[in-house]
Amino acid sequence: MSRNQSLPWWVEIGVLPVINLAAAFIVSGLVMAALGHDPFEALGLMVTGAFGSADSLGYTLYYTTNFIFTGLAVALASHAGLFNIGAEGQAMLGGLGAALVGLVISPGLPGIIAIPLAILAAMIFGGIWGAIPGWLQAYRGSHVVITTIMMNFLAGALLTYLLVDVLIAPGGGTPESRSISENVWLPAAHQIAQSLGLELAQTPLNLSLLLGLFCALGLNIFLWRTRWGFSLRAVGLNPHAALYAGISPSRMTVLAMALSGALAGLVGANEILGAQHRLVLGFTGGYGFVGIAVALMGRNRPTGVIIASLLFGALYQGGSELALDMPGISRDLVVMIQGLIILFCGALENIFRSPLARLFAAARSTRAELTGTAGG
Amino acid sequence: MTEPALELIGIDKHFGSNHANKSVSFRVQRGEVLGLIGENGAGKSTVMNMVFGYLKADHGQILVHGHEVDIKVPADAIAHGIGMVHQHFKLVDTFSVLENIILGSEGAFQLADRLALARGELAELSKAFGLNVDLDALVSGLSVGDKQKVEILKALYRKADILILDEPTAVLTPDETRHLFDILRQWRDQGRTVILITHKLKEVLAVTDRVIVMRRGAVVADLDTAHCTAEGLAEHMVGRPVILQVSKSVAVPGGDVVTLEHLSVNDSDGIPRVRDVSLSLRAGEITGLAGVSGNGQSELIEAIAGLMPISHGTIRFRGQDLGLGGSAESVRKRREMGIAHVPEDRLVRGLIAELSARDNAILGRQNDPSFNNRNFLRPSAILNHCRSLMASFDVRPSRPMQAGGHFSGGNQQKIVLGREMENAPAFLIVGQPTRGVDIGAIEFIHKRIVALRDQGAAILLVSAELDEILMLSDRVIVMSQGAIMGDIPASQADERQIGLWMAGDHKVAA
Amino acid sequence: MDDFITVSLALAAGSLRLAIPLMLGALGGLFSERAGIVDVGIEGKMLISAFASAAVAHATNSPWAGLAAGLGAGIVFALIHGVGAIAFRGNQVVSGMALNILAAGLTVTIAAALYSQGGRTPQLPDAARFRGTSFAAADGTSQLDPALRALFELVAGHNILVYLSLVLVPALVWLVHKTRFGLRLRAVGENPEAVDTAGIQVATLRYQASIISGLLCGLAGTYIAIAQSASFVPNMTAGKGYLALAALIFGKWRIWPTFFACLLFAFADAAQSRLQGLNIPGIGAIPVQFIQALPYVLTLVLLAGLVGRAIPPKASGVPYVKER
Repeated sequence: MSRNQSLPWWVEIGVLPVINLAAAFIVSGLVMAALGHDPFEALGLMVTGAFGSADSLGYTLYYTTNFIFTGLAVALASHAGLFNIGAEGQAMLGGLGAALVGLVISPGLPGIIAIPLAILAAMIFGGIWGAIPGWLQAYRGSHVVITTIMMNFLAGALLTYLLVDVLIAPGGGTPESRSISENVWLPAAHQIAQSLGLELAQTPLNLSLLLGLFCALGLNIFLWRTRWGFSLRAVGLNPHAALYAGISPSRMTVLAMALSGALAGLVGANEILGAQHRLVLGFTGGYGFVGIAVALMGRNRPTGVIIASLLFGALYQGGSELALDMPGISRDLVVMIQGLIILFCGALENIFRSPLARLFAAARSTRAELTGTAGG
Repeated sequence: MTEPALELIGIDKHFGSNHANKSVSFRVQRGEVLGLIGENGAGKSTVMNMVFGYLKADHGQILVHGHEVDIKVPADAIAHGIGMVHQHFKLVDTFSVLENIILGSEGAFQLADRLALARGELAELSKAFGLNVDLDALVSGLSVGDKQKVEILKALYRKADILILDEPTAVLTPDETRHLFDILRQWRDQGRTVILITHKLKEVLAVTDRVIVMRRGAVVADLDTAHCTAEGLAEHMVGRPVILQVSKSVAVPGGDVVTLEHLSVNDSDGIPRVRDVSLSLRAGEITGLAGVSGNGQSELIEAIAGLMPISHGTIRFRGQDLGLGGSAESVRKRREMGIAHVPEDRLVRGLIAELSARDNAILGRQNDPSFNNRNFLRPSAILNHCRSLMASFDVRPSRPMQAGGHFSGGNQQKIVLGREMENAPAFLIVGQPTRGVDIGAIEFIHKRIVALRDQGAAILLVSAELDEILMLSDRVIVMSQGAIMGDIPASQADERQIGLWMAGDHKVAA
Repeated sequence: MDDFITVSLALAAGSLRLAIPLMLGALGGLFSERAGIVDVGIEGKMLISAFASAAVAHATNSPWAGLAAGLGAGIVFALIHGVGAIAFRGNQVVSGMALNILAAGLTVTIAAALYSQGGRTPQLPDAARFRGTSFAAADGTSQLDPALRALFELVAGHNILVYLSLVLVPALVWLVHKTRFGLRLRAVGENPEAVDTAGIQVATLRYQASIISGLLCGLAGTYIAIAQSASFVPNMTAGKGYLALAALIFGKWRIWPTFFACLLFAFADAAQSRLQGLNIPGIGAIPVQFIQALPYVLTLVLLAGLVGRAIPPKASGVPYVKER
């Protein structure tokens, strides 16, 4: 916003998201109370459900992994001035890429080669699905918001077709593929722990979490420490100035969308290579859309995305437990809370931003007066 | 004596911490053309936007014909007979002239009947004031002069008797300006009132009856135009005696640095903007490019910088053909060859408002090995570079981490200028070097441009201010409708002659 | 031959029925976007209205009460979007996505708590729905020629909302192109400053457009829940809001072309069940997903500039901030 709306950085990235989050939770609580449930009891159940045991923590972190990938994807595109709401479709394609490698690869190939190959395939497939709308935006002027929406539906149709007609397990009745070969399975957390002599509950949490953290670190370096990141951010902030500086906005747009799609595609690694071990319909479970909320809450910064992902991971896991423990509560409560978080963090954030900005402006001038009198 | 048409009492306005209007009070009589002048940011547009209800004052009273009025929105101002022609026209491009004029004064819910009635009324008004525009033409296809006529018709149609015009001549040729002034005089002679916001002293002297001078948000003088001189008004505007001259030695031109041969440039819609321009720019010489805005100057400099592709001809730099241009690669290559460019609109191209001064200081030089090592940026080298730039170009405050958009216009311009000049370029393109820049910084900027010339650089200067061109240049070139109309040493330049060239009058060129 | 006519007429009737919610949603989006507010929240507005209409129709046993609730819910969601976009100058795409996700979660949460039927509302009796006439069942027509019967169904067999919607199209064309409101609406989406300086409140105008958008999307949702179906089912709009958005772009933000785009998309939808398993010599069976994907592919092709050019209203998506 304009100059008089500026906030100290710690309010911008720390206080404001917390206030927005609180607003979303208060409204959710009111809805629950209106439906005759005790919101505080529900909150308690959700927190225990998410963090109460090693088992639940494992699930929380497993969901967190997906959100890190989609959150980073949305954040990266945002820095190039692009709103990628196609992470869902890009994740689907990523899963397809990973599964195809897992289905065709020779079971004899060592994991050290097979796994990176499958991960790479996930990134390339997701990357292409992101690069197409990127190209359409850069060279044909078609708005990326609209084209990514369309690409989501196309990804869904493609995956359904492949699973119903082509990749379906022989003799199977449900639209899912046969198991992928074991040498591309990502090691699960409990397996890794076991090899270190530790005992961990069996959960879908796997090596992808480390991959996600690594991606966050990499994105941090890429955006703020390389000339590519500099160029990408320049394009996002002012494409005219970028061209003046010898940076091609078109090329950066395609690059940003391809990288964004590649990150979203890694959901496929976590889900297909790490957890499901086969291609199933609907494995993306809305993670791509929640990535928007994650990026918004995390202020498009990799560290922020990790924190926000943990929050949403806990919400997912806690919400599932809550639906089991409290009769009359549906898992969709979580979806509602996500919607409210996006609403308060994105569309309505100025509700709290403007009063905060006024507050800080007033505090600044008071302080200036005080030091003025003291000095005089 | 009759009541004044408009009276302002103690108008006060803040934008955040910026005190834009400080208790502004003045009167305008019926049948008077009032000039409202001041430097950029003096608050003259702000105060008039409050009279028109486009902005709301913090304090103060507005009286129209002696009665206090409460103007909250433009509708209130229109109801009190106040019309305003803004500097940037407020027209709907996809609408016809007629639709634009009746918008907001449609009369009835159904349009059909009213449209026919309006057509008749407007025909009479256009005839009475000599404002001929095709009512059924789409606004997007009109010339700027015609768009301004539509804006004036809008005010007339709303029966305005107080007309405010904000910098109306910025986009007009001298001839169109004369025609506009005739309309304003006619308006005054009918007993109506005109308020002309401008920063061009000559126009004030030519058309107004009285002048109000504003400086830093306050009224500092209220004068009869008959008793004014340009120097006197300038002194009021700035608050101290102004040296309207730059001290510079006679140029010692060297060889050709840039040569344009039969250069033509079309815009993205294929409309020719630059037509068959041939020109040589010499080392150690400032070539000033004059003309009414929108006559191809912008496209010419963007083509030389590599931002726009050329459609015909060649551009040579030190004898080397630069090719077509129009891509990021061409911009980068030309920059590396030693072509520097201070763009006309620094916030559109020259700076990224959200990035820190430190980052802005390497904009366009992000690939330079002194700032990056195998694709990784070198933060300390970049910071040191910014610090030294800020010191040598007197940028205030000298805070490298402050966002570019948070510096004043003059300091933003110094950052851009410093970045483009420090590598001692062989050729500098500089567009509107002092637009929106305070007087103190103007002198500094002018001196640095002359200093670069004295180091032997070829300089191409584009400015909407003819005075600036005449003051700085060694040679003046005039463009009209994309073509060069005249080319004359600055020492022999005659303003009347240049004005005719600007209007596209070729016959007198000889 | 007779059989062909019967099938064609039935297909036309089916297309029309499927086109109605698309058309209403797309026109809702049109009013929002022509006023300069990007509307990717059509889906959410339709979904919340579908739920509200089904729940209220169930409680009151009146389709009209259900309709009122559906329209009301559409307006409430449209105004949340409006307040975010107009008063708080938020990101309009984010706001639209938020509404879509919020509607998906909120409807099921409430339905699960109220009815304990897995997020559905109870089945509505016929009296609580908008129903068309079935000529097959009516006495005296059963011995009619099947083709004639199909013709009757196409012309007269629909529920009242279908006819209401068909009357709405020319009415809205008149509103947008022949009235003061329409002139201002079209202006504010292109250049809000022109509207402001002409003495018209930009915010008021945009709120009015938002309300119309909510009404139309509300009507679409109501149609889906209590005319086309007999209860609310989780996520029952199933992407129709996005498809409506595609139709709006395909129709280049103009009413008649958008209407025909909806008919085209609905025809593809109606035809797919009949084309299923259809063998084309040399190609083989067309997978049903390909036909479902067709509208999106067509829109992408249009957006890529391969067929004409879709230019959105100029001020679309840009919050209005006065120049200083």
